[in-house]
Amino acid sequence: MRLFASDLACVRGGRDVFSGVSFAVASGEALTISGPNGAGKSSLLRLIAGLLRAGGGKLALEGGDAELTIGEQAHYLGHQDALKASLTVAENLRFWAGFFGAGRADLSGPLSAVGLDSLADFPAAYLSAGQRRRLSIARLLAVHRPIWLLDEPTSTLDAAAQIRLGELMRAHLGSGGLILAATHGALGLDGAKELRLGASASPLMGVGGGGGLGAKEKPITPRLPTPTPGPSQQGGGEAA
Amino acid sequence: MTALGAILVRDMRIAMRIGGGALMGVLFFLVVVTLTPFAVGPDLALLKRIGPAILWLAALLASLLALDRLLAADAEDGSLDLILMGRAPLELVVAAKGLAQWLTTGLPLIIAAPLIGLLLDLDGPAEAALVVTLLVGTPALTFIGLIGAAIAVTLRRGGLLLAVIVLPLTVPILIFGVAAANAAMSGTVPFGTPFRVLCAVTLASLVIGPFAAAAALRQEME
Repeated sequence: MRLFASDLACVRGGRDVFSGVSFAVASGEALTISGPNGAGKSSLLRLIAGLLRAGGGKLALEGGDAELTIGEQAHYLGHQDALKASLTVAENLRFWAGFFGAGRADLSGPLSAVGLDSLADFPAAYLSAGQRRRLSIARLLAVHRPIWLLDEPTSTLDAAAQIRLGELMRAHLGSGGLILAATHGALGLDGAKELRLGASASPLMGVGGGGGLGAKEKPITPRLPTPTPGPSQQGGGEAA
Repeated sequence: MTALGAILVRDMRIAMRIGGGALMGVLFFLVVVTLTPFAVGPDLALLKRIGPAILWLAALLASLLALDRLLAADAEDGSLDLILMGRAPLELVVAAKGLAQWLTTGLPLIIAAPLIGLLLDLDGPAEAALVVTLLVGTPALTFIGLIGAAIAVTLRRGGLLLAVIVLPLTVPILIFGVAAANAAMSGTVPFGTPFRVLCAVTLASLVIGPFAAAAALRQEME
């Protein structure tokens, strides 16, 4: 299985987020995506996930299931944890496992893999940010998807959990999976390919290689990645 | 199929937990209908005449109460992204959410309706007609409401807009629902005539609602 992109571009709100992005990732390989804030790391992952439309270029998966889109063969770990506060840890995981087609699979394995087995019957409302992130990671383990799209997977994780995540990622690569991760730091993946977005631009204006951008445009769009998960996305969208 | 079952079970669970929307709708319904006799006065004949209309209005407003959060909550916590990445067709997922919403907010209203109808001096046949028309009509209210729920995803504080968009679409359901209930009481028109139109409106809503809502959600992805 091989995921490749050539000359990929992303336009959001009339602004070129990046353009001319090319990469290729094969089974067992990882690609880390780095770059300053606003360079389009999250946008690139969302584009691969099928949550954004590409502004140009080509994105294709060789050796996958031709009946399914790339997004349907991928797991996406975004800034938001997609957890319901009123459900327990086990119920949250059970739902996503069921939704992604794992049915009645045993979920104690994924829960203990992220160290949450003792909190299974605990409402997700009382979890810390790191525990919420770990519960999201358990979703990747509960249902097999060959492609993992991870957006800042280590944010909010403590040192031990970061090491554990590294082991889980290596196991996924070992079983022939692909990982694309947006990150600011090291992920503990040796031999990972690296894609740097917006390297040539000023630190405040992350522009993809070659993508022209007027200086007067706003550097931050409402849906841009923020380093911490929270309701600050999409401009003041708090619960009514 | 397992994906849709998972959505259904999760949404019903959330609605029935403390802080969920299930009790809110039926409570609102009870409050509105209970207050009506105090506002109108102890005129039994008048209450009986306007009873079906009051119950239908209360049911309509109650079933729209929690709708603006139905899809917006999923969008805010990131669930909607994952739902869009799932293999289940978005139309069916939205329909499953609508079904869960109806089972937790619409169905309790119908169960409470005959009991609360006593306050408006409704007798046996009127109660039966009311329950049947609500049973047929409230799914249409929820499924038409899905369109507004999907539009409310991008528009923050979409509650008011939801009412503006959805309420006009519910007018036919209200007209024929109340007409059928009244027909069973007074008998100038046969019950079947408005009731069949209500059934037709409901069947159309069950199809149009999920497709329009899914189209709105896809549009908002950009």
